[in-house]
Amino acid sequence: MKYMMILNTPRDGYTQYMNWPKKILEANAQFMQTFTKKLAAAGELVGAEGLASPQEAKLVRAGKDGKPITDGVFAESKEFLAGYWIIDVDSPERALEVAAEASLAPGVSVIGADGTTIDHLWIELRQILGGHKDLG
Amino acid sequence: MTAALEHRVERLVRDLAPQVLGAMVRRYRDFASSEDAVQEALIAAVTQWSRDGIPENPRGWLVQVAQRRMADQLRSESARRNRESAVALTTPHAVVPATEGEPEMDPDDTLVLLFMCCHPALSPASAIALTLRAVGGLTTPEIAKSFLVPDSTIGQRISRAKQTIKTSGIAFVMPDASERAARLGSVLHVLYLVFNEGYTSSSGDELHRADLSNEAIRLVREMHKLMPQNGDVAGLLALMLLTDARRFARTGPKGELIPLDEQDRTRWDAEAIAEGVALCSAALAMGAVGEYQLQAAIAAVHDEAPRAEDTDWPQILLLYDMLMHMTDSPVVALNHAVATAMVHGATAGLALLEPLQRDDRLSATHRLDAVRAHLLERAGDREGAVVLYRKAASRTSSVPERNYLTTKAMRLLE
Repeated sequence: MKYMMILNTPRDGYTQYMNWPKKILEANAQFMQTFTKKLAAAGELVGAEGLASPQEAKLVRAGKDGKPITDGVFAESKEFLAGYWIIDVDSPERALEVAAEASLAPGVSVIGADGTTIDHLWIELRQILGGHKDLG
Repeated sequence: MTAALEHRVERLVRDLAPQVLGAMVRRYRDFASSEDAVQEALIAAVTQWSRDGIPENPRGWLVQVAQRRMADQLRSESARRNRESAVALTTPHAVVPATEGEPEMDPDDTLVLLFMCCHPALSPASAIALTLRAVGGLTTPEIAKSFLVPDSTIGQRISRAKQTIKTSGIAFVMPDASERAARLGSVLHVLYLVFNEGYTSSSGDELHRADLSNEAIRLVREMHKLMPQNGDVAGLLALMLLTDARRFARTGPKGELIPLDEQDRTRWDAEAIAEGVALCSAALAMGAVGEYQLQAAIAAVHDEAPRAEDTDWPQILLLYDMLMHMTDSPVVALNHAVATAMVHGATAGLALLEPLQRDDRLSATHRLDAVRAHLLERAGDREGAVVLYRKAASRTSSVPERNYLTTKAMRLLE
């Protein structure tokens, strides 16, 4: 069964990320690389991508003439998609396990500006729609 | 090259693949390199035979080529080690197998190979990929296409499976009688999963997925030939045939789901049904009746009814009663409730669903809601049915099923 593991970031997430200490940034890059490699080696990775900063994002729709009309990002959006993994696993339990592991990034504890430790990330786990089974 | 010849070559190569691989593994005791060598021999065969025709002894041809590839592998492996080791400069290596003759063939090799590929130490996904490749003779891209994942994902699953087999030191021998029963269970389960995957009609590449069902049927048929007296094998083959017989009637022109009682039964495959029914009867007569035989018997009762209203529900209920004694599967309990509703009325069925609402295994699925909606509709509670049809629709992970459940709710509101 296939799932999408979604990593969301708060509005200022990308800016915060830029301000992370170098050590944490490196640890994060290392974590993501190792984690994704491990998924691939297990034959469970279907795909993964990270997205550029939402500051560069555009909202697009067709105008009356069919030509694109663009706009900035909604000012009221609190969260943005930062990246995702698509996994193909044997069970829902395994999907939870993988998502929990992803949430451990950057792999070292991050101390926020106020001196408190930042919690693990939330990973949104969504099953991907498929076909229909009569059996089992 | 004619298309007919090419087709014959592909079929023949696929049939011979497990026999050749079995013989190679028995001889060289190395599953991973044998598999690589056989894979190369199969590719060579398809190219060469499609061009020049099928040789007189195709199996011998394949074994010869696989052995030569194996010798090449061993030689380059040894050369690599020689380069890496100074001692090797003075120590000559024997790298070629002593004889190039054809190792004796044993029909049981195919079975041993299946037991090996479906070993309980492997995860279901790995076992499926390895079985399709090693026993089914499918290429990695073919398997990847069937499961709608990248080639590399399947490639990793296969190499990981081979690694697991290597490190676990599973010997290439028939497991003894006591272990065989347990291992046979894993083999049948893996083949059942392959069939199910193929039977899942997807918005993706339907043709390729249908191929998976055919492949599962072909492999179980091979097993049945090798162990005709085994009731579970016969039962599974019957179940697959009786289910697959309805394939063309179960979806409409736009891929929409058509439930059993609304299917055009003239579109069912009468030949597959006849074969499945005969197999099922024979399997039930073999004594010890297992789950597959009972599931097949239920499918047979459905398939034998000329119209939905002719279905012998009392007999189906009886079979579900027996199944309930054999398994604590909540899905079986759900179907048992449906059969009860068909015989004793919707209220009786709904009463059986009550305890299932507390079953954690069902809480994550839409099935219970869908069945409750169906029975509420039969009991005349339209409002209750609409709510549950919609709830089920929002929870299913299947597109055709979601559309079906949404339509059911909409029709009740009209």
